[in-house]
Amino acid sequence: MPKAAKPNARVSRGRLALYHALLLGGIFGFWYAMTEPGLITPFYFDDPTRAKFFFGQPLEVFKRIYTWFVGGSIYLHLGVTLIETLLAFAIGTFLGLVCGLWLALAPTASTLADPYIKAMNAMPRVILAPIFAVWFGLGITSKVVFGITLVFFIVFFNVYQGVKEVSPVVLANARMLGASGKQLLRYVYLPSATSWVFSSLHTSIGLAFVGAVVGEYLGSARGVGYLIHQAEGVFDIDTVFAGILVLTIFALVLDFVVTRVENRLLVWRPRTAETETL
Amino acid sequence: MTNVAHASSSTPALLLERITCTFASREEQGERYTAVADATVSVGPGEFVSVVGPTGCGKSTLLNVAAGLLFPSSGDVRISGQPLIGINRRAGYMFQAESLMPWRSALDNVLAGLEFFGVERGESERRARDWLARVGLSGFETRFPHELSGGMRKRVALAQMLILDPEIMLMDEPFSALDVQTRQMMENELLELWSANRKSVLFITHDLEEAIALSDRVIVLSAGPATRPIAEFAIDLPRPRDVNEIRLTPRFVELHSKIWHAMKDEVLKGYAQSRKA
Repeated sequence: MPKAAKPNARVSRGRLALYHALLLGGIFGFWYAMTEPGLITPFYFDDPTRAKFFFGQPLEVFKRIYTWFVGGSIYLHLGVTLIETLLAFAIGTFLGLVCGLWLALAPTASTLADPYIKAMNAMPRVILAPIFAVWFGLGITSKVVFGITLVFFIVFFNVYQGVKEVSPVVLANARMLGASGKQLLRYVYLPSATSWVFSSLHTSIGLAFVGAVVGEYLGSARGVGYLIHQAEGVFDIDTVFAGILVLTIFALVLDFVVTRVENRLLVWRPRTAETETL
Repeated sequence: MTNVAHASSSTPALLLERITCTFASREEQGERYTAVADATVSVGPGEFVSVVGPTGCGKSTLLNVAAGLLFPSSGDVRISGQPLIGINRRAGYMFQAESLMPWRSALDNVLAGLEFFGVERGESERRARDWLARVGLSGFETRFPHELSGGMRKRVALAQMLILDPEIMLMDEPFSALDVQTRQMMENELLELWSANRKSVLFITHDLEEAIALSDRVIVLSAGPATRPIAEFAIDLPRPRDVNEIRLTPRFVELHSKIWHAMKDEVLKGYAQSRKA
């Protein structure tokens, strides 16, 4: 079984991790040095505590995150954000897949819907978030719906493209082997479209997440976006940064899971590098 | 020229009668292109017929008509005397280009046809394994097409077609993408499989040597547009044949020069047209 693409020189892997850690430490060190009052002479702000007020302090931020996780108050918010993200992602992907398949296989419907789909995709959809809050309330529904509008188009266009680009030879071959219309859909169009869905998976889960957080930020009573919004209201920059940091790590974990799932499901896809360096 | 009237007593397994295929030009409105004009080709039961012709002369068009993938502008397709409606269910088709489903393993590709016909999984798997073994691919069941070489993919495609036991095999330059050695091996394997269970074969190629080495009859097409058969030759070489050895026999050389003589003008015409275009 071919392994996932590796950095070609195995020896440098540990060193690479070291460099990553050093870079990260450097960034936080720089942040600390610039914001700790009295550590270096202020060169921009008159007041030595002013930098801390605007940019927060890494140690305070870590302390905040620590209390969140040890005290357990963050789990409810994270859970809400996670549920919103996953629901928006799942429903958006499903709708995009169904509509993409349908429109790609029905030329008349496709010609009819084309300008509207282009218009809806061109529309800056962030504007819709407050409207959804009015329509669906401040609970998770409005965030999920908003996330769906973001995810749907990514998946839709990919599936549409995927179906249009199914190799005509593979299709003709399946027909010669006796596939009925329904079987063509299930055994040829769907697998081909799925590979396109997966290529958009990273983007779409990212957008589902953006949808959830932006929705929470604009009006909610729960979720990490809500926490950040609350903290901003009282100029608690440390909490804002703590929230951002938690969201970033959360997004990285989601991305990692997606990569795992993708590698599992797309084993049939050719990879460029299959030789192993000895 | 020995225009052999094919003396098959029964009705032909495949009969293309006065087929004309005209396509509307995509670039210019109202412009038409006639790929095949008034072409009649018949393949008897158990007969191996090759069609040779210059490049771009509409050989594949003729085959697509026989497969039922393309509906002719005029003319009839008859399968054992019955008019063809829709996809030709009695025929297997081996394509020139890659036709395997890239998301299915070799085994799953071979059993695809059985799966479409609702054969139970254990049974279809057993038969697919058997066919993979017959084309020399035991142990490659779980490989995906991109993990196989070009020759191996062609074998999978061959097994995929043969597992359905078609009465007619339509082959569109199936080995043209392979290197010479692999190609001769595949040709021998094809002959072996064919002689074990004689099917009607319509084999399209631009390679005259391949056509003579494999066939009972060779049909020469004119250069396009408006391609039609201009001559046919019975190949009376003894079977079983070895494609490497038979090329050296005097009779082969004789047939080759005879058919080549009939083809030459058309090839030159086709070449001139391709240069103009």
